Amino acid sequence: MASYILKRLAAMVPTLLGVAVLIFLLLRVVPGDVVEARYLTQGSQFQSQELMNQERQKLGLDQPLWRQFATWMAGLARLDFGLSMWTSSPISEEIKLRFALSLQLALMASTIATLLAIPLGILAAVKQDTWADYAVRVFSIAGLATPSFWLGILMILVMLTVFKWMPPVVFTPIWVNPWDNLAQLIWPALAVGYRYSAVGTRMMRSAMLEVLREDYIRTARAKGLRLKLILTRHALKNAILPVLTVISLEFAFLLGGLVVTEQVFNLNGLGMLFVEAISRRDYTLTQALVMLVATVFLLVNLAVDIAYAWLDPRIRYR
Amino acid sequence: MERLARVAVLAFAAMLALPGLAQSPRSGGELVFPVPSEPPSYDGHREETFGLIHPIAPFYNTLLRIDPNDKSGTKAVPSLAESWTVSSDKLTYTFKLRKGVKFHDGSEMTSKDVKASYDKIIFPPAGVGSSRKGQYADVAAVEAPDAYTVSFRLKEPSASFISSMASPWNFIYKADILAKDPHWYEKNIMGTGPFTFVEHVKGSHIVGKKNPNYWDKGKPYLDGFRAIFIRDSASQVAAIRGERAHIQFRGFSPAERDSIVSTLGKKATVQESPWDCILMVGMNHEKKPFDDKRVRRALTLALDRNQASKSLSKIAIVKEVAGVQVPGTPYATPPAELAKLAGYWPDIEKSRAESRRLLKEAGVPEGFQFTFTNRGVPMPYEPLGVWLIDQWRRVGLNVQQQVIEPAAYFGTIRKGDAQVFMDFQCGYIVEPDLDMYKFLSSDRNPANYGRYKDPVLDALYDKQSRTIDFEERGQIVQQFEKRLLDEEAHYLMTLQWHRIIPHSAKVHGWTITPSHYLNNTLDTVWLSQ
Repeated sequence: MASYILKRLAAMVPTLLGVAVLIFLLLRVVPGDVVEARYLTQGSQFQSQELMNQERQKLGLDQPLWRQFATWMAGLARLDFGLSMWTSSPISEEIKLRFALSLQLALMASTIATLLAIPLGILAAVKQDTWADYAVRVFSIAGLATPSFWLGILMILVMLTVFKWMPPVVFTPIWVNPWDNLAQLIWPALAVGYRYSAVGTRMMRSAMLEVLREDYIRTARAKGLRLKLILTRHALKNAILPVLTVISLEFAFLLGGLVVTEQVFNLNGLGMLFVEAISRRDYTLTQALVMLVATVFLLVNLAVDIAYAWLDPRIRYR
Repeated sequence: MERLARVAVLAFAAMLALPGLAQSPRSGGELVFPVPSEPPSYDGHREETFGLIHPIAPFYNTLLRIDPNDKSGTKAVPSLAESWTVSSDKLTYTFKLRKGVKFHDGSEMTSKDVKASYDKIIFPPAGVGSSRKGQYADVAAVEAPDAYTVSFRLKEPSASFISSMASPWNFIYKADILAKDPHWYEKNIMGTGPFTFVEHVKGSHIVGKKNPNYWDKGKPYLDGFRAIFIRDSASQVAAIRGERAHIQFRGFSPAERDSIVSTLGKKATVQESPWDCILMVGMNHEKKPFDDKRVRRALTLALDRNQASKSLSKIAIVKEVAGVQVPGTPYATPPAELAKLAGYWPDIEKSRAESRRLLKEAGVPEGFQFTFTNRGVPMPYEPLGVWLIDQWRRVGLNVQQQVIEPAAYFGTIRKGDAQVFMDFQCGYIVEPDLDMYKFLSSDRNPANYGRYKDPVLDALYDKQSRTIDFEERGQIVQQFEKRLLDEEAHYLMTLQWHRIIPHSAKVHGWTITPSHYLNNTLDTVWLSQ
């Protein structure tokens, strides 16, 4: 197993290098740069080409592309993401707080999705074609059809108009004030978690239905084992594998992909930072964020594969 | 009986007036306001975004300031300078500084600091960026003859010099710090302002607390402020509706105002003003047929600005019909005079008939097709773009709209590929020197995307800039306006932006001005509960 993990970690390097080349080139193909975003967009009367040239020189944008790429790669090799072109602050500092928020939100939403998806999926499979199954299916289809940002807007409107209350608009880390932290994050976590639970519930239901028709389940039933035992000890372990994949990959996506939901709830997360970095043509920050999300995706994939082996002893890795 | 009635009326009036009289400023409380943009750095001399002014201005003072109670936003009053004199040749301005003003580190502010700050703005050392250097091209030298006197020597008389000394960007920094590191203020805050810096959590908020040693005794009234960065306008509205924030200082749309007022009712106050921002249509003089002034005049004559003012103001942040100066400000052309310019005539049918005639005379066929390049910003670019296309269609023009993403927009039109395009300017103060600079020949101002050269217009600009007499200067401003918008029709104006600030009724001591860059020091602001 250890050698397998090492091999997988080594295989990440060329993948990440490919991502790096792609994002580096794509950003430079898009018209405009950070200097134009800074000095041309505010409707100012006095524009100075001299000032803009000076800024480009300072940021290294006057260098040939290969040199810009080499400088970036040299920094990455030392795990140094460099400075944001927009704020001149270290990128690690720009990402730190946002990462904490996005990670907490992704964890909360994934937990909610898992807590809803697994029991509801099992219930729908066991009670197939009964009112309980229909109810779960309606609930999950509604979840699939409802974008989480729309649900978020609806939640805010209800809180504002019915309860005359609004969640806090400033993020407080959980270790500073758990109540304020949860009062702000529980709503987006519910909106996002519900959306992702819908995918999980449907997958759990179909996987469970398939497993419940297997010979070993029939044998267990014939031996007179209690249903609860059959479900938890024999069926769930096999049926949960695809659900685990979906929820894990969604978790990786949630880290950087919740742009609109973050906007609705004014969350200072990685998704918003991504949009701001791109709209300001902050090359260094955008590149760092893409590399971060790509790394998280690769690591989550690896973790899922390892979890597969743990859950299903038939799976072995070489 | 009549006398009794009079007494009763007077008593009633006095009773009504009492609560007003009782509204003396109250100390305490934290003002919370959303800011739609975050400052890239803390250096006001370098940046151009209001995202810097709103959360950072409370930490600083400027030499002069715009009177916080002046709704026109044009009256300069003392701040760190308590008075000033002008030499008889109008070439030397001498400012007497207040004594006993302390920086937040306890050191005294003197003329050395003012000189160092203005030297950084006007004569920045190599490698230091100053966005406003061009505005002070007339300044020959800044001198500090004694600890409390600063003099500015000019190359030419300047009508706008005093206004430019009230620029909200020109924070006074500490000379010793600038001498050690001219970039220090990009990442640090230390001024003489009414609030001291507490924290900046990136992407989240900036907090300031009351400066107990502030030179203007009794101020500020607030214990502190919290500027929260909220990019999305719906979330800003929700924050004010949900009473998580008191005010947003940039502005809201009419629909957003109504949404806040409908939720808060009497707990909301609305302030409105013409806004010193305007979208203009630029016509590339290097592209045919827009090199022909008859075609450019035809485009402006096709617009029914008076009707648009009524209809568009219901859905967009535009309202007033305007020339080159914000209506209601000292140099604005009176409506009766403005109505004589092409495109401002009250009779739109006559105006459109003239537009068609000019197009025909210039050889532009019926159904002539051109591309109008617009910026991908919803408010107010989208509604104004739709309106313009409809208006030009009414004189037989067939217009296609090309929308370009905001960050790439101005870089694209600077290259000169666009035919007709939306252009934009926003001023920090209503002043002809600032508002008209945009329209100078392209070899004098690279921000002239119409790419024309007009020495007559340039001469009028220079003349008004050197004319100190108010009446005389006003007449030259009008001549400039007539040449720009009517005779040559180099650019055409859409409608003046309209600034709408619905805020919590708890907020007092803040007056709206035409500029969202002004009145953000917060020293006069107080909360009633």
